[in-house]
Amino acid sequence: MEEDKKTNRRDFIFTASYALGAVGVGAAVWPLIDQMNPDASVKALASTEVDVSGVERGQSITVLWRGKPVFIRRRTEEEIAKAKDVKLEDLPHPETDEERAKNPEWLVMLGVCTHLGCVPLGDKGEYGGWFCPCHGSHYDTSGRIRKGPAPTNMEVPKYEFVNSNTIKIG
Amino acid sequence: MSDHEYTPKSKLGKWFNDRLPLLTLSNHLQEYPTPKNLNYWWTFGGILTFCLITQIVTGLILAMHYVASADLAFGSVEHIMRDVNYGWLMRYVHANGASMFFLAVYIHIFRSLYYGSYKSPREVIWIIGMIIYFLMMATAFMGYVLPWGQMSFWGATVITNLFSAIPFVGESVTNWLWGGYAVDNPTLTRFYSLHYLFPFLIFGLVILHIWALHVPGNNNPIGIDIKKPSKDTVPFHPYIVIKDLFALLIFLIVFAFFVFYSPNILGHADNYIEANPLVTPAHIVPEWYLLPFYAILRSIPDKLFGVIAMFAAIFVLVILPWLDTSKVRSAIFRPLYKQFYWFLVADVLILGYVGAMPAEGLYLLVARVATAYYFLHFLVILPVLGAKEKTLDIPLSLTEPILGGSPNEAMVKKNKEI
Repeated sequence: MEEDKKTNRRDFIFTASYALGAVGVGAAVWPLIDQMNPDASVKALASTEVDVSGVERGQSITVLWRGKPVFIRRRTEEEIAKAKDVKLEDLPHPETDEERAKNPEWLVMLGVCTHLGCVPLGDKGEYGGWFCPCHGSHYDTSGRIRKGPAPTNMEVPKYEFVNSNTIKIG
Repeated sequence: MSDHEYTPKSKLGKWFNDRLPLLTLSNHLQEYPTPKNLNYWWTFGGILTFCLITQIVTGLILAMHYVASADLAFGSVEHIMRDVNYGWLMRYVHANGASMFFLAVYIHIFRSLYYGSYKSPREVIWIIGMIIYFLMMATAFMGYVLPWGQMSFWGATVITNLFSAIPFVGESVTNWLWGGYAVDNPTLTRFYSLHYLFPFLIFGLVILHIWALHVPGNNNPIGIDIKKPSKDTVPFHPYIVIKDLFALLIFLIVFAFFVFYSPNILGHADNYIEANPLVTPAHIVPEWYLLPFYAILRSIPDKLFGVIAMFAAIFVLVILPWLDTSKVRSAIFRPLYKQFYWFLVADVLILGYVGAMPAEGLYLLVARVATAYYFLHFLVILPVLGAKEKTLDIPLSLTEPILGGSPNEAMVKKNKEI
């Protein structure tokens, strides 16, 4: 019996074989899984340029970027004031308006509700911003979640002004 | 499994059967001793087999004409409806067939709940059944995405976004599921591939389900163990076969009503609008058979816990054989369980109703109460009943309540003469 309990060469060979086998199976399975990740052609569409010269104050446009809608809103003074006037303690996901809109006149964000991905409706809801009809999330004039099941503010993508009339998203 | 050895009559049959005992299997299926008191609630197993085969056959045909591409899918479905010979029939049978499949499976599951068919020694049959049910929901969901209408697209968006609730890796998982950064062409093509695969997985599991059933044999309305074969049983063929076929005929009348007289009543008009990633329909509703789970999802105000509650609602069913500790199977002999059973039925119907309504005000309140009761039923009421309930006396055999005493040929004869 004593002999059985001792680790011998055979145990080592078994363990080493199982370990190598597991690595081999893992390596073989990975391509089968990874093929489902975003492919090169999807990734190639990483940025888009938008002409915003026609957008007046108080108007917004929606463009498609990586298959998702992006809201570009040229906000009125009133909306900006309203967005800045909020205490951070009142926000479920605290972010200042300055963090979200570098140029306060322009709010650029993904038009995707952070709950389950619906597109919120503009100029609606209890906070004068957006309202998601699917499960009732209310966003303010800075696109921050104020009420409802969505966990976070609408995401601000990476973007920059190429010139005064053109925004490059991505 | 049959108690006697089977030998084919013909020489060829014997030669073949010695090499592959298919004839023994066929004989087993015919002779398979079945409780003679099975009622019509037991015919849904056969009906479900019919539904599965119907879905596979019509699906195979639709796949010959459908094009899985975000640009062409919507048009190809209209092509099937307008141009393909009998394409409208194939599509309506397939689309309504999914609803009929779920109607039958819900009756089948609730029959099992009433008569305690999930209890020892039938736990494995039950668990396989639950896996089939889960795969059915996944298959139906992916199939609904294929026409690429507005409900297809936004239903897919909402359901796949459930996975974004997973902490830390949620976003990577959803991007992996989509093959991009939103539901798009790669999502459609993989759903098509899996929608084609899953029915065959279900088919395999159905074989295991029946195999597992044939080990202990059928439960029955009285819920007692019976001797097999005995005076309490009849051979599957022709007795049960004919009964199943008759029930199937009635079922087909309902099926045909939907297909021929109101083929779109269970669908949503929004799905006849092509998918548009910029506009969400005002009111996203899943198909009726998913509504109770959708109501549970929406009744929890937190995203992650909502998703957990929804999956937990299915998982409590899987572990049901261990939650219901009562040794008595049939609700006939469980006066309290019988009442709670009907409360549960009402609760699930209420969940289904509020799942179709907007998640606000009174509907939300009702959904929350009904969700709480759903879990209360499985996690508290059933274990407590198992310990506290005073059950009625159960008979020793199926014939005892009528004839008194054990099954006896002479007694049966006498009874017939009277």
